[in-house]
Amino acid sequence: MSRDTSIRRGQTLAGWTFVSPTLVVLGLFLAVPVLMALWVSFTDWNGRGSPFASGIGFVGVDNYRELVGEQGGLTRSDFMTSLRNNFFYVLLVVPLQTAFALFLALVLNQRLLKAVGFFRTAFYFPSVVSSVAISLVFLFLFSGGGVINSLLEVVGIDGPTWFNDSRGLFHLLGDGLGLWSASDPPSALAGSGVLGLTWWQWISGPSVALSVIIMLVIWTTAGTFMLMFLAALQDLPVEVEEAARIDGAGRWGVFRNVTLPHLRPTMLLVTTLGLIGTWQVFDQVYVMTQGGPGKTTLTPAYLSYSYAFDNQKWGVAAAMAFVLFLIIFTMTSLQRFLFRDKDAIATKRAARRTRKARANAPAGGAA
Amino acid sequence: MSTTATSRAKPMVRDRTAVWLFLGYAVLIFFAFLYLYPFVVQVTTSFKTNSDAVANPLSPMADPFTLGAFDRLFNTEFPLWFRNSVIVTLLVTAGRVFLCSLAGYALARIKFRGRGAVFTALLAVMAVPGVVLLIPKFLVLNYLGIYNAWPALVLPLLVDAAGVFIMKQFFETIPESVEEAARIDGAGTFRIFWSVVLPMARPALITITILSFQGSWNELPHFIIASQDPGLFTLTKGVATLTSGQLGSGNQYPITMAAALLMTIPVAIVFFVFQKYLVRGGTAGAEKG
Repeated sequence: MSRDTSIRRGQTLAGWTFVSPTLVVLGLFLAVPVLMALWVSFTDWNGRGSPFASGIGFVGVDNYRELVGEQGGLTRSDFMTSLRNNFFYVLLVVPLQTAFALFLALVLNQRLLKAVGFFRTAFYFPSVVSSVAISLVFLFLFSGGGVINSLLEVVGIDGPTWFNDSRGLFHLLGDGLGLWSASDPPSALAGSGVLGLTWWQWISGPSVALSVIIMLVIWTTAGTFMLMFLAALQDLPVEVEEAARIDGAGRWGVFRNVTLPHLRPTMLLVTTLGLIGTWQVFDQVYVMTQGGPGKTTLTPAYLSYSYAFDNQKWGVAAAMAFVLFLIIFTMTSLQRFLFRDKDAIATKRAARRTRKARANAPAGGAA
Repeated sequence: MSTTATSRAKPMVRDRTAVWLFLGYAVLIFFAFLYLYPFVVQVTTSFKTNSDAVANPLSPMADPFTLGAFDRLFNTEFPLWFRNSVIVTLLVTAGRVFLCSLAGYALARIKFRGRGAVFTALLAVMAVPGVVLLIPKFLVLNYLGIYNAWPALVLPLLVDAAGVFIMKQFFETIPESVEEAARIDGAGTFRIFWSVVLPMARPALITITILSFQGSWNELPHFIIASQDPGLFTLTKGVATLTSGQLGSGNQYPITMAAALLMTIPVAIVFFVFQKYLVRGGTAGAEKG
């Protein structure tokens, strides 16, 4: 028995020795930083000296109030603008990249198709290339006289100067539909607003410049998600689909009632990863637009960086980072809730109903 | 009636399959073009003159063909950035492979008190979004006095929680009898790990190596906040300055394309050689979820 405990003790020692380097690095560059930043978000530290020095002012939640309250002024409108931009970005990127990835996977999954490897490689390749390199290529593709505009010219379209165009897509869409004039917004929308932006500004949609980044990101990440869908599709036995076909289900029926339910866990994973990734967009903004034109490509991640490193407003910048963290956390929890297994819930509810009915039954019988 | 119907249905089904197949190829070829064309533009433009690039952006031929962009690129700090990236990538990759397999092995095989807690902590760590950590990481690097120094570039990247998971999952598939045999022979825990288990983990080790290589070679945000010393710029950070910095108004497309091309080549080589390992790593998360 004493030999057993000594072995146990030896195992514990070995175990902790093995994980300690990992824990030290993660603690030092992850846990400690978060705590430090939390402290800084409650101070007026300006980046010089130690944030723990005695002269540093503790300002309570003032930095957070500056982001959302009346007194925030420019800081608030910058932050709200960045949230608006990122919201429209997420709204377009997550559904589009998921649908596109699923589409590619479904096409690649056809049984008689040859050269699947080639196509899979082509679609996945951008995922492994540096975001900086891809951003540079897109800067050239979408430049004023670049590839895209030359292609558009061939079909007779006069392309925009993508990276200098701050017009919102929804503004343009409404203009096209005759709802309003983009150059002369209705005063009901432009005259009033909330949280430092007018209603007109809130509903702008992504700007033309931001939509280039949207296209870039969909193009880049769809490949990774395609692989995940493809892996899941290959797990689905061919016999199951064939059986459904024999039972008389059409292609669409098989897809809706057999394939799609089978893909549910992958769908959850892909949209969760998509949400987490899209709320963190930083590299492309840093390389391509630095928040311009007209602040329409500002994102919370980039704004927080630029407030800290360019403007030395560390407290506010740290507060932004925490708000962003909260947003990502809320979004993914909400999405998990929406994606919860409805069948399981329905079964549970049915069970509860039966139980209730059974409980009521004797009472009814007595009456 | 039934016989004619079935005899007619068969070729019809075959026809429809052929149509679907044709449609499939058409779609795939269209998208393959969409995916490869930007890289073709990147390669050809880097051999163009500046005026040729602006005047004929669509032309797949450089006319005249010139290495001028590469010449000018090598007169910038580009070679220094490349060297720095190589150093950082090698150190980070070596560190990650060693530390991830060490921790992964402990979590998979060593029964030690607190293992559950460590595992939970790792899960929590993976949930923290990276971009949120930019300012916090700067604060610590600055506080430790390593901001603007080599350790700041390398140390925070040394561990990757996802890598620990991949290794843990792999070690769990190795039969325990292998280790028991070694233990009976009197080998210690580290010895068993190093000489018995690790050599069996070759596929997982290659996956981690590729992922670490690609991750640290392409890393940008961390290098932005870890130093401002031009002598410590890595490729991503240095090349990002080409659009706004020393070369002016972003009108130097052949140079930026050449830079993008050169920084893509190492990753591309690794990608094509070790593709199957990379694909496996890319979907490793899918199996968990």
